[in-house]
Amino acid sequence: MTSIPIEYYLILSAFMFSVGVTGVLIRRNAIVVFMSIELMLNSANLALVAFSSYLGNSTGQIFAFFVMTVAAAEAAVGLAIIIAIFRNKLTVNLDEINIFKW
Amino acid sequence: MIEQYIPIFMVMVFAIIFGLGVIFASKIFGPNRPNKFKLMPYESGKDPVGDARERMSIKYYLVAMLFIIFDIEVIFVYPWGVEFKKLFADFGILAFTPMLVFLIVLELGFLYIYVKGGLKWD
Amino acid sequence: MMLNSSELMQIIPFLVLGTGIVISLLIEMYSSKSDAILPWLTIALLIYVAVHSINEVGSNDLLFGGMLAVGGKSSIFNFLFAVGGALVSLGAIDYIKKYGANFGEFYVLVQSSILGMMFMSGARDILVVFLGLELMSICFYVLVGINRKKINANEASMKYFLLGAFATGFIVYGVALVFGTAQTMRIGEILVNFSSLSGNILFMTGFILLIVGFAFKIAAFPFHMWVPDVYTGSSTAVTGLMSTGGKAAAFSVLLVLLGAVFTQEIENTFMPLFAGLAVLSMLYGSIVAIAQNNLKRMLAYSSISHAGYMLIGLAAGNLESVTGIMFYLVIYVFMNIGAFGIIAIIEGPNDDRVDLNSYAGLHQKNPVLALFMALFMLALAGLPPLAGFFGKYYVFIAAIESDLTWLAIVGVFSSVISVYFYLRVIVYMYFKESEVDFNVNISPTGLMTVVICGLLLIVYGLFPGSLLGLIASVVN
Repeated sequence: MTSIPIEYYLILSAFMFSVGVTGVLIRRNAIVVFMSIELMLNSANLALVAFSSYLGNSTGQIFAFFVMTVAAAEAAVGLAIIIAIFRNKLTVNLDEINIFKW
Repeated sequence: MIEQYIPIFMVMVFAIIFGLGVIFASKIFGPNRPNKFKLMPYESGKDPVGDARERMSIKYYLVAMLFIIFDIEVIFVYPWGVEFKKLFADFGILAFTPMLVFLIVLELGFLYIYVKGGLKWD
Repeated sequence: MMLNSSELMQIIPFLVLGTGIVISLLIEMYSSKSDAILPWLTIALLIYVAVHSINEVGSNDLLFGGMLAVGGKSSIFNFLFAVGGALVSLGAIDYIKKYGANFGEFYVLVQSSILGMMFMSGARDILVVFLGLELMSICFYVLVGINRKKINANEASMKYFLLGAFATGFIVYGVALVFGTAQTMRIGEILVNFSSLSGNILFMTGFILLIVGFAFKIAAFPFHMWVPDVYTGSSTAVTGLMSTGGKAAAFSVLLVLLGAVFTQEIENTFMPLFAGLAVLSMLYGSIVAIAQNNLKRMLAYSSISHAGYMLIGLAAGNLESVTGIMFYLVIYVFMNIGAFGIIAIIEGPNDDRVDLNSYAGLHQKNPVLALFMALFMLALAGLPPLAGFFGKYYVFIAAIESDLTWLAIVGVFSSVISVYFYLRVIVYMYFKESEVDFNVNISPTGLMTVVICGLLLIVYGLFPGSLLGLIASVVN
């Protein structure tokens, strides 16, 4: 069986990255924005793993491991911040979180 | 190479047609006599209580967060375990030390959560 | 892979700080007096790291198979981070009680963020850069929102987190593209092949994404939107650390990533990019700062414009500019931590008394504080006898040497604008009657931070040669 060419993975990851960036820029719910950021990280992971397998160089996979753990740590901190703000303000809508000007 | 995927596409198309077909067939041919009990949400024979969109305790999210962190750390143990035979042959008992240090630091984090009461449910 | 004893000696700062974090966490868990022990333990650890780093400045080695550099430039940066962290911890002892965040975790997080910065400055592999960056950033996200009852801090923390994580996304995607095209994550190997790789569009996209990610962290103009809100909303001690250590750490990575540019081995492809960022940051920061009445917000915009001055050095791209940027960063740490130290002393318990009116008549209330505030403002404005002047001077000289005289002129012009808002604080302190009646409760440790920063600024202003000579010897 022939393998899928690397371009397909790169196009998919570029597409995921664009969807993530667009999501961050246009969505107004903090949780959804956060999910879009995770999508950006995962698109990078996909590109890393694809390159790693294509080049036969395992560094990319190791980096993807670290990205995953860091993303988990960020997720924990981010959810904690979102919970803290929800307790004080009862909203996670970024338009209503506006003591300071954006 | 795209030809190799044609069977998968065919299976997908069949699945979609079959799934939608069954739903529509029962809608068209099946008898439809609703009453109050039939329209009630099914909760294993009990009467439904409250709203389905109940808000969960914030503790649930806390435990979920802690779970994410400790769950994901396993991915560092896994490659170490896969390569362990080779590491053990090269370094002997020293092959344990990096993972030991890593796990001790990780468990310290767990201990911190425990002592600070992060795992207390009430 | 085993380390020999001399190599072990060189990573002692990392080991000491790492062990210190674990011990601090244990103290925080099991001691009821942790809030009395931890600040001093933190300061002791950081002073040890600073002294050890400055002793190792002559050496220049790569450890862990070329992943981590010790000695040389990274020693100076480690010294800078450790001293900055120690000064911030000293100033925070009384401040965080007033702010309502007197948790031992504060100091654990400060230590961890300093460790992250040290990894960033020493990193010679993108993997280590990323880990250090995230260690620092995640600690900052938590530190900004450490008082979870304050809605301002919540909001600042949320904005910092979302935009910081967004920047991380760019950095990681950039890393993926750079790795795919360069086939390695060693910065040294990437730079050796830079000229052949620079024709590859994927590689250049990745590299520019990396630079954009770090531009977020140094608070340069188009990527500055988090700066004013986060600096205003977070506790003043944390702002002091973020604006100095975080910026210096991001610059240390940029200096390594562009290392081959400075030694003229490769063409300075990114000159227009950095020149543009520099001009926009300087002018935007200086002009918008004029309109601010909140002193923390004003310093946030001034931080953007200072990032612009340092970016002039990156645009210039010669060895003098590396010396200039590093000297500037050292001085900037003392100027900013000092200024935020005074704001921390004046600030009331509910985030109040940070506006200019609270500083009216400070001269009568407390002449010492007014004098030091005037000193920091003049230094930030870059007036000659103080060290802030030499920071800007060396960067501008480097720009002129690279035939970027116009950039230096824009820099001077922006400095002239910035004199207005720095002097306004002095005018308020000395020539206005006090409108808000309050007593200044001086904390001895807070004052100590301020005095140390102020004296260092005067010393380095009068005798910049010693520090400059040290940095120049390391850079060459």
